Amino acid sequence: MSTADMINPAKAEYGLLVNYDWCTGCHSCEIACQVDHQMSEGQSGILVHDMGHWPLDGDAWQFGYLAVPTKQCDACAHRRALGKIPTCVQHCQAQCLEFGPIEDILKKVTTEYQTVFTLADK
Amino acid sequence: MADLDGFNNSGVSTQLVGDFHLINHEKPWRYEEDGLTVTRGSAWSGPGCHDGCGVLLYTDKNGKLVKCEGDPENPYNNGRLCVRCLDVNEVTNHKDRLMYPMKRDPKNRGKDEWERISWDEAFDLVYEKFTDIKEKYGAESVVFGQGTGRDIAAYITRLCWSFGSPNYVLFLSGCACYLPRVAGFAATAGSFWVADCSQEFPDRYDNPEYQVPETMFVWGNYPLRANSDGFYGHWVVDLMKRGMELVVIDPKVTWMSTHAKLHLPIRPGCDAALALGFLNVIINEDLYDHDFVDKWTYGFEELAARVQEYTPEKVAEITWLPKEKIIEGARLLANSKPCTMQWGVAVDMTKEALPASQAIAACFQITGNVDVPGGIIAPPEILNYAGGWGRELCPEDTWKKRIGLDKYPLLNFGFQIAQPDELRHTMATGKPYKIHATWLQQNNVLSCMGADPTEQYIGLMNCDFNVSVDLFMTPTIMATSDVVLPAATFPERNGIRVGDGCQRGEVINKVTQIGECKSDMEINLELGRRFNPEAWPWDNVDEMFSAMLEAQTPFGFEYLREKGPAYLPFNYRRYEKGILRADGQPGFNTPTGRIELWSTFYNTAGMDPLPYFEEPIPGPGSTPELLDEYPLVLTTGARPWSLFHSEHRQVKRLRNLKKECNVYLNPATAEKYGLVDGDWVWIQNIYGRCKSKVEVTNLYQNPKVIACDHAWWHPEGDPEKLYDSHDLNVNNLLPGIPGKSGFGSNYKTTLVKLYKVTPQDDTNGPFQKDNYVGQALTDKVAEAIASIKESK
Repeated sequence: MSTADMINPAKAEYGLLVNYDWCTGCHSCEIACQVDHQMSEGQSGILVHDMGHWPLDGDAWQFGYLAVPTKQCDACAHRRALGKIPTCVQHCQAQCLEFGPIEDILKKVTTEYQTVFTLADK
Repeated sequence: MADLDGFNNSGVSTQLVGDFHLINHEKPWRYEEDGLTVTRGSAWSGPGCHDGCGVLLYTDKNGKLVKCEGDPENPYNNGRLCVRCLDVNEVTNHKDRLMYPMKRDPKNRGKDEWERISWDEAFDLVYEKFTDIKEKYGAESVVFGQGTGRDIAAYITRLCWSFGSPNYVLFLSGCACYLPRVAGFAATAGSFWVADCSQEFPDRYDNPEYQVPETMFVWGNYPLRANSDGFYGHWVVDLMKRGMELVVIDPKVTWMSTHAKLHLPIRPGCDAALALGFLNVIINEDLYDHDFVDKWTYGFEELAARVQEYTPEKVAEITWLPKEKIIEGARLLANSKPCTMQWGVAVDMTKEALPASQAIAACFQITGNVDVPGGIIAPPEILNYAGGWGRELCPEDTWKKRIGLDKYPLLNFGFQIAQPDELRHTMATGKPYKIHATWLQQNNVLSCMGADPTEQYIGLMNCDFNVSVDLFMTPTIMATSDVVLPAATFPERNGIRVGDGCQRGEVINKVTQIGECKSDMEINLELGRRFNPEAWPWDNVDEMFSAMLEAQTPFGFEYLREKGPAYLPFNYRRYEKGILRADGQPGFNTPTGRIELWSTFYNTAGMDPLPYFEEPIPGPGSTPELLDEYPLVLTTGARPWSLFHSEHRQVKRLRNLKKECNVYLNPATAEKYGLVDGDWVWIQNIYGRCKSKVEVTNLYQNPKVIACDHAWWHPEGDPEKLYDSHDLNVNNLLPGIPGKSGFGSNYKTTLVKLYKVTPQDDTNGPFQKDNYVGQALTDKVAEAIASIKESK
């Protein structure tokens, strides 16, 4: 990784859509990724971030989690070659993750509290 | 809104065999993929929980387990898994697993001085010692105990009863997990009832018979983490996506509570009062289902009279909930069609758990939510799991010597266990007879389930001979065992998935071998047939599993391995069709054939036939005198994602998600005590103390309520200091006094104070056993109040 890589990033081929409102913070995506890729302890291709919790008006709360890929995410190329979906998406207990070609994923981004992480073909 | 047309929302293909639905699999039960062997099966633990998800186990060419994935073809979990199964390879292959049988001279209990022995020597030793003790003192002087009731329960009961002992036990005060709820429902409605999340259908939410509940009450449970009792927690999220609203009854703010229509952060231990308050509103506002109540319930007038005591005003005072929210909850419950309920161990872990269960059940019974789509359902069973397997093998004369029977007559009504608190006293005191030996299977009683761990320790040390079967060395084994046998994790053994919740014809498949480990079932079979060959006529465990399955289904083990999971016949409104009763008559399996809001069963057992609430003791309502000294209400045992009870502390990926034993303090409470994140504190009450690391959080909004993690020990610590278990164990604060029925115990509420751990005062030291009188055997509450009055 260098400045050159950063100012000329690879073309986005895939998208990981996170339906933010539904992530329960269960960490299944992380452990599935780490085990499937036989990563060393402390490494991961995806991390669940605690988006904090504090009371708002009335009984409402800010309370949520957000899963975001790391540089180690390879979009599960080896699984896709076997006709399978990425392991984080399969094991997401809340089924709040979706993966696909970027054009297809972008079509699904129509409502509030969705985030798309773009991924190159590696 | 997430996409419901994704890959893994039902859509499985099924096939009908008799009245059973089988899954059509694309591949055989074992196949090759990318250089690895994949084996399909179920995952009922240990290590892990009470679910039994569908898994694909991946092994390499050396037979090593390399990963575990969810099985997308299994309708139970639809390809999903929680972190504990996703990381099971790290547990199975862990360097600290017990790998071979070991023995230790009883003189060296507590010392790390084990000697490796062969399985033959181990079995011979156990056989000789147990037989000798049986001949000298009677079979009843050997206790057979287990940890949390996973799929090993049936075989342990059979071992116990075929040996001739009546004393099968979970060393959990008041049997305060699952059984009180089972009893509460069985006493009023003749069977156990669970939330209908379409789990009885292989096509799940798409089944035309199924209806999404309008509202689910989640009561004393955090299913997303707990995955308790055959209930896959994220079904709640599946149903929310399909429009279901939530009412969450939990002292803690959670993801679920912040996404619920109504959150009721109740004072711990007051669930019965809230349920009785709901009933008061539902009955007095005439919101109940008249047709169902008239036709199918018994004792409604008596219930209506009883709940008059529990006005919303009074219940608000008890529960610390606003009156308006109690009324709102009651109206939501009554007006939602259908309304369902998922409850948890918090209901059991209150002293008067039976009337609490009865009151909560009544809320859903009088509103007509029983046996309807999306309401509460009684799952059909392959094996009556709560009852055990082979009770007839225990001779009648010894059966009468079961501990606790004289004090708790309810144990005579279908419950086949010894009463755990009475047994704890018996082991410590030798009354009414001495216990000479124990068989503990996957039971880390000194760190996890046992209340009053000191008395528990004394009882075990009083025995001549203690045997443990487990996955890892534990504080309990290090402290008290003389022989330890290495048990297999689920990927190392065959098994069948019968158990609580939705029972399915489904098998667990062995894919790997670690050291000389044997499965719990194999250990039970091999030892059982030495004691009593007629009771264990099978050549191997697969034959045994087939015998169990074939008693209730047309399938054997091998068949289900290929074709499972098999879904049992199921339909709704079975009470109208005469399916719930042995005599084939319409109605429920109760003496009156109706749902007994006034329980003839409890009445016959000499108990109050109607539900009621009693203040937890000690507590703000029962012992206000103690509040100056012990001002905080402590609740315990909320589940983390990655650790199951006392398991997983040595598993790095999982420990990284939950590093230490924490006490959770509201910012105002932390400030009052001058505490910040990371401080170590003693949590102390009138019974004892434990230490814990402070986490300041706004998730407990009421500054009077604090919470502490349970079942902690440090596998990385000193074995001869019992891995810090006696310092960290919150059960030091719990006396183990059961409810009047012998069921229920206040695990989740007591009064405490906090103070900092200092270098001069940083340990409880070893167990103090000299002159110890069990906490429950003295009236510590009266003593504490008297001493406060004296000091004034």
